[in-house]
Amino acid sequence: MDRRRFVLALVLILAAAGPALAADMPGVTATEIKIGHTNPYSGNASAYGTIGKVEAAYFRKVNEEGGINGRKITFISYDDAYSPPKTVEMVRRLVEQDQVAFIFQTLGTPTNSAIHRYVNQQKVPHLFVATGATKWGDPKNFPWTMGWQPTYQTEGHIYAQYVLKNVPDPKIGILYQNDDYGKDYLKGFKDGLGDAARKLIVLEQSYEVTDATIDSQIVNLKNSGANVFFNVTTPKFAAQAIKKAHDIGWKPLHLLNNVSSSVGAVLKPAGLDAARGIITTQYLKDPTDPQWKNDPGFKEWLAFMKKYYPEGNTQDGFNVYGYTVAQTLVHVLRQAGNDLSRANIMKQAAAIRDLSLPMLLPGIKINTGPADFYPIEQEQLARFDGERWVLFGQVYDASKK
Amino acid sequence: MRAAWLALGLVLAGAAAALPFLLSGFRLFQFTQVFVYAIALLGLNVLTGYNGQISLGHGAFYAVGAYAAAVMIDRWGIAYGWTIPAAGLLCFAVGFLFGVPALRLEGLYLALATFALALAVPQILKYFEHWTGGSQGIVLSRPEPPRGLGLTADQWLYYLALGVLAVLFVLARNLLRGRTGRAIVAIRDNPIAARAMGVNSALYKSLTFGVSAAYTGVAGALGALAVAFVAPDAFNVFLSITFLVGIVIGGLASVSGALWGALFIQFVPNWAQDISKAAPWAIYGVFLILFMYAMPRGIAGALGQARARLARPGRQKGGPSWTGDASCSRWS
Amino acid sequence: METFLQQVVSGLATGGIYGSLALALVMIYQATDVVNYAQGEMAMFSTYLAWTLINAGAPYWAAFLATLVIAFAGGLLIERVVIRPVENAPILTIVIVCIGLLVILNSLAGWIYSYIQKPFPSPFPSRPIRIGSIVFGAHDLGAIGVTLVVLLLLYLFFRHTTLGLAMRAAAQNPVSSRLCGIRVGWMLAVGWGLAAAVGAVAGMMVAPIVFLDPNMMAGILIYAFASATLGGFTSPGGAVVGGLVVGVVENLAGTYVTFIGTELKLTTALAVILVVLLVKPSGLFGRAAVRRV
Repeated sequence: MDRRRFVLALVLILAAAGPALAADMPGVTATEIKIGHTNPYSGNASAYGTIGKVEAAYFRKVNEEGGINGRKITFISYDDAYSPPKTVEMVRRLVEQDQVAFIFQTLGTPTNSAIHRYVNQQKVPHLFVATGATKWGDPKNFPWTMGWQPTYQTEGHIYAQYVLKNVPDPKIGILYQNDDYGKDYLKGFKDGLGDAARKLIVLEQSYEVTDATIDSQIVNLKNSGANVFFNVTTPKFAAQAIKKAHDIGWKPLHLLNNVSSSVGAVLKPAGLDAARGIITTQYLKDPTDPQWKNDPGFKEWLAFMKKYYPEGNTQDGFNVYGYTVAQTLVHVLRQAGNDLSRANIMKQAAAIRDLSLPMLLPGIKINTGPADFYPIEQEQLARFDGERWVLFGQVYDASKK
Repeated sequence: MRAAWLALGLVLAGAAAALPFLLSGFRLFQFTQVFVYAIALLGLNVLTGYNGQISLGHGAFYAVGAYAAAVMIDRWGIAYGWTIPAAGLLCFAVGFLFGVPALRLEGLYLALATFALALAVPQILKYFEHWTGGSQGIVLSRPEPPRGLGLTADQWLYYLALGVLAVLFVLARNLLRGRTGRAIVAIRDNPIAARAMGVNSALYKSLTFGVSAAYTGVAGALGALAVAFVAPDAFNVFLSITFLVGIVIGGLASVSGALWGALFIQFVPNWAQDISKAAPWAIYGVFLILFMYAMPRGIAGALGQARARLARPGRQKGGPSWTGDASCSRWS
Repeated sequence: METFLQQVVSGLATGGIYGSLALALVMIYQATDVVNYAQGEMAMFSTYLAWTLINAGAPYWAAFLATLVIAFAGGLLIERVVIRPVENAPILTIVIVCIGLLVILNSLAGWIYSYIQKPFPSPFPSRPIRIGSIVFGAHDLGAIGVTLVVLLLLYLFFRHTTLGLAMRAAAQNPVSSRLCGIRVGWMLAVGWGLAAAVGAVAGMMVAPIVFLDPNMMAGILIYAFASATLGGFTSPGGAVVGGLVVGVVENLAGTYVTFIGTELKLTTALAVILVVLLVKPSGLFGRAAVRRV
């Protein structure tokens, strides 16, 4: 670095430190609102990168349509490579250097854990984090952090209740990914079974993300005599598990976690026939499910994808996810009006009433409150009929318990 | 000439000491990370660059150091200052013990054995959930700066990392320049001749492994303090590969190369993503390859070469041969 | 007993996958003395090419052959263009270039084809084969067969063709080979081309089992390393056997070492490999390198 640039950098740093002290609405001017975001664009989790891209595309759309109360959204998104140290670095860059109004949708449990305390000490809203862990809804200890999607534990709970109610003599076999995500599902499921868990679960098998196949685990699960299969796996392994179970003639009641419920990306590769009868829970519309073909919400999303994110894959459920979270945020910002102070943004995020969005399943509504930092708590069971997910039963609501 | 280098060194040291009062907390955090990586890279370089034992698994020692600090602070309430040397000692023991059987392995097989270690450590960390918090990891509080110094937490961590780095750099330099260092390098360059000269190859090799692991473990502990969080999946094999990239880009068998390498692995991925969000890894890969074309012996090697040319302008072509990597170490 | 046999059979199936990529690794190591970290990603990329051809309507075997040719040319080109400039640099420099190649290919595949996994067709019948209570996929069996055929072809190529002999000579003694008129640089390039083609076969055999996505080979590459290490990096046959052994050992460890269970399955398998290495430091079938001082 030559000297001129060094001096310039110094001046910039000092200049950047100035207005932060003066303004009570950091990251917000009369014409702009700055939003900070990180997710993995590189590394082995880069499949999630499309979420950041679709969100950027949605904010582009909002800006083209006039912005929010005349303010344009500046969406600053960095690559965290799914690494906790990198996430800390990038989030600090967003807060301290870019001076964003708040942090939005940082992705992953370990990555968010690493910045959890920092953002709360800095009193920066940490909205709608992209992970299903339970700890993001703790307003007492972490008043600046809020989740978005239903927690993995909630979902595990739903399956447990379904099994207890509908299977006369359950013998349960579980396959789970050996990390925070898999363990969270497991905990929710076991809590849901209650004291009976020990007796009802006949075998638990784990796998690593680096495993090539999970054949061995499926063989063991079949031989354990289980008649219920709780499948907590990511798309690649879910498709393998469905196929392998079918191939070796194991026909349990198959409970598949929502993470892998995409018809196009999981069930079709595994074989639609093999997937018949699988039960999952849903809260978003699956873009690859033919039943939504003529649904107005789906058509709206498709048109958006074509116009603003043409390089994005319309088979990818992450693009529905990112779209819907971005809409939730826009709702909060509109509701905040002209007071875009951090305190008010947080207050409005905790005051969402019965918000329904085009790509949420019919009947699913977003609700938050000062003591309720879990925006989506409703999910519905669905059974795969060989072609599409057929919703059945009532909408399950974790907040009404 | 010597005086000029000394002056430059003093200026750099002064700049490093003054930086905390010029830069924002975020920048300080970045440089703290650079120092942490530099310590880890130095450790790896002692083993791979100087002793010729290739390790693809130093992420494992980094993880052990990080977890040692985190568990001591979180579970046992030990003051964080003690955890840094303790992590170093623990990693020395682990490294030495791994080094003994590794004596039987050479080159590629050793590299892949260490790679296996890097793969296994996250699994093992998850398994001992009671201590390690399992896959959820351990959240720490950032260390408070000592009262009376008037420093912020970022400034304090920066100085702490810088101080540890300086001490460890001086130690490494003295170690490598002396009798021990010559023995370590001799084992790399010609093991049979070294043995014939009376060098206890087995002992030196396992000791080198231990020292190398200790450095990386200290880095892990400091890294855990700086990030204030440890999780098993953060220490995946890619971390080990990143360390290898760091020492080769920085310059093998060069103390200063560790710092260059640390700067590279900290900042170049950021540039890559500033260029393209669509495929930042592709840009990073291109950077890696171009760097290796331009400086096949790393940054320190290229600088050493440039300096040699400056010193002896008459012998630009056919000058000193740079086959002996160790000669680069005189720079720094 | 039934569990045991079924675990062995599915271990062999998975091990076949490891072995096929390990074979490609060993190939390139023998021909050029380089462990190619980008081998897995090269195989993945070739498989995407095959997928594109098949999707465009090409019959399976035509696409298969076309992919082999393209992969061979691609491997050749990579050696000439990317590896050549660092040919005489220290070995670790070449390793870093390979890592650069790995991240580029991975990132490009994600960018071009997206990260959504795709089904990849198998040339073998989809109906599983049953013998008694033991079930195995026809594709698993076919894939092992294909790997063995590739192994046989390589053996014949290196033993009985002039080009094969020239390649071996170039790898073992470049200076003398050059004196005999062998173009050593091109032999290295052909080595890369062959390894890329073998990798492409591995990719096309693996994809129907694990599905096609940009990260398809990441995990398999790790196991392929383990397999090649176990079998010995100097022995193509050893690589395949190593793969099968790793597959079976891992399954049995996960099933029977119950106090460990699946959570330490990988660790157990790695520990077994380490113990074998301590007894036989150059792998089960490898030759110890003899160096002149």
